[in-house]
Amino acid sequence: MSDIILKGKVHKYGSNVNTDEIIPARYLNTTDPAILSKYCMEDIDKNFVKNVKEGDIIVAENNFGCGSSREHAPIAIKASGISAVIANSFARIFFRNSINIGLPILESQKAVKAIENGDAVEINLTKGIIKNITKNESYQSQPFPEFMQKIIKSGGLLGYIKS
Amino acid sequence: MGSTITEKILASHCGKKVVEPGEFIEPKIDIALSNDVTAPLAVKEFRKAGIKKVFDKNKIALVMDHFTPNKDILSAEHVKFVREFAKEHKIKHYYEGGNVGVEHALLPEKGIVVPGDVVIGADSHTCTYGALGAFSTGGGSTDIAAAMATGKVWFKVPNSIKFILNGKLNKWVRGKDIILYIIGLIGVDGALYNSMEFDGPLCKKLTMADRFTITNMAIEAGGKNGIFTPDEITENYVAKRAQRKYKFYASDKDAKYLKIYEIDCSKILPQVSMPFLPSNTKAVKDIKKTYIDQVVIGSCTNGRIEDLRVAAKIIKKGKKVNSNVRTLIIPATPEVYSQALDEGLLRTFMDAGAVISAPTCGPCLGGHMGILASGEKCASTTNRNFRGRMGHVESQLFLVNPAVAAASAIKGYIASPDEIYNAKASKKR
Repeated sequence: MSDIILKGKVHKYGSNVNTDEIIPARYLNTTDPAILSKYCMEDIDKNFVKNVKEGDIIVAENNFGCGSSREHAPIAIKASGISAVIANSFARIFFRNSINIGLPILESQKAVKAIENGDAVEINLTKGIIKNITKNESYQSQPFPEFMQKIIKSGGLLGYIKS
Repeated sequence: MGSTITEKILASHCGKKVVEPGEFIEPKIDIALSNDVTAPLAVKEFRKAGIKKVFDKNKIALVMDHFTPNKDILSAEHVKFVREFAKEHKIKHYYEGGNVGVEHALLPEKGIVVPGDVVIGADSHTCTYGALGAFSTGGGSTDIAAAMATGKVWFKVPNSIKFILNGKLNKWVRGKDIILYIIGLIGVDGALYNSMEFDGPLCKKLTMADRFTITNMAIEAGGKNGIFTPDEITENYVAKRAQRKYKFYASDKDAKYLKIYEIDCSKILPQVSMPFLPSNTKAVKDIKKTYIDQVVIGSCTNGRIEDLRVAAKIIKKGKKVNSNVRTLIIPATPEVYSQALDEGLLRTFMDAGAVISAPTCGPCLGGHMGILASGEKCASTTNRNFRGRMGHVESQLFLVNPAVAAASAIKGYIASPDEIYNAKASKKR
């Protein structure tokens, strides 16, 4: 099987981006990914929805996705076209929700430090290699434990429990 | 090497003698919880996967508490969708209408969660039940869909951090101030992925209400769970409520901790978390005069009878709430509401000019029943003060305990209860 490659432009944020900012509770009266994606990041970056393109990548510092357990947050991000999120660390519920719904997330302090807003980045998800095309640099992310890789390969948690 | 209380509970639920931090496990769960925001997605995923039966109709709790009484048509459709699922699968613990309370106050009160349990909830404040000596943590809707199907959930066994609570509590200081102080100390990711275990001589003096408030906010420090060792206080609370057999676990003396913090709680004064992070804590006396437009007393953090009692005591002394402050009182459950009625607390709130709401999460997450306009400020007993949490992105939220919230409602600015309750005494000094 060939490696999974993701490629896009970076939208960069700081620490503690929380789920109230990713998808405010005023939009939680729907579960429709297409509707949720229209309001993604609204309270932290009003221009996100306008600027984001299919394949783009979010890069953030510490504790990305802290706060509520709403799975609507990774769903909104995924449906907005974002192909992966790279951060120094993720809040734990956001982390497991992303694994469970199949939104690729990677932890790499080196990548977060070096990558700037607007950089073009290519991720080899299979090998965990993050390539900064703009700066011509590469960074290695922490590989997922085998258990999580099984969930990811099954297309999310429900695929995993059925297999 | 010994085990922590968290490790012991997890091991017992996956048929192992011991589990080690970092190990992946799939324990059996005692309760899978979801609410009107997260359950619609869980049910949708459950159906989409083609699963026909829930693993156990008695071990699922569906609590319609966030946007209820339904705030709009879409929310009403969500609740209808979940209600139909609950009927179809004969879910025992379905709560709506006159039965419903804020989930994390309701489940312990009804004895649906008990000491020794493993609980997963599609709500981040599921960590509350650690106050009972249970392992409980938040997940997402897909976790609940899977848990409803299999009765199991995947976890990485967390490392534990111990917080030894020493000293004597100052006047007006309760569980809320202890946990805000700790979050201020370690930060919003200070316990990321880890278990927060509360121990030390002061624990014996903390009521169940204090303990629920403390474990409730473990997530605000990034914690996987917060947990107290059950004791006589737990036993007194649980004995008359438990719907099932329960078991008390305790950490071994030689259990391993990632870190141990000694907290001298006699240093803690009434706290306030300034916008926009729960970790921006200060002593109320140290902040500049902050005028407010709204006060909220309620939520899974501070909507219990003990919280309403202290608020009523201060409001009674102050007689009327400030005319510039919308004061919202939200008893967390019907039992709390009913008790507040019997004790005359609701009369006190009404006479003072406060608004009393049906039990709901409501304004805590900016759902309904008290949304803030741009530029407005609110002192709230809830748990998060992120940007836009209670309404407009330009509004501001200050997290406090119920006594400070009540004093602030009277004064019109964030105030110490001493300014009301001991007004004469403080003048004399």
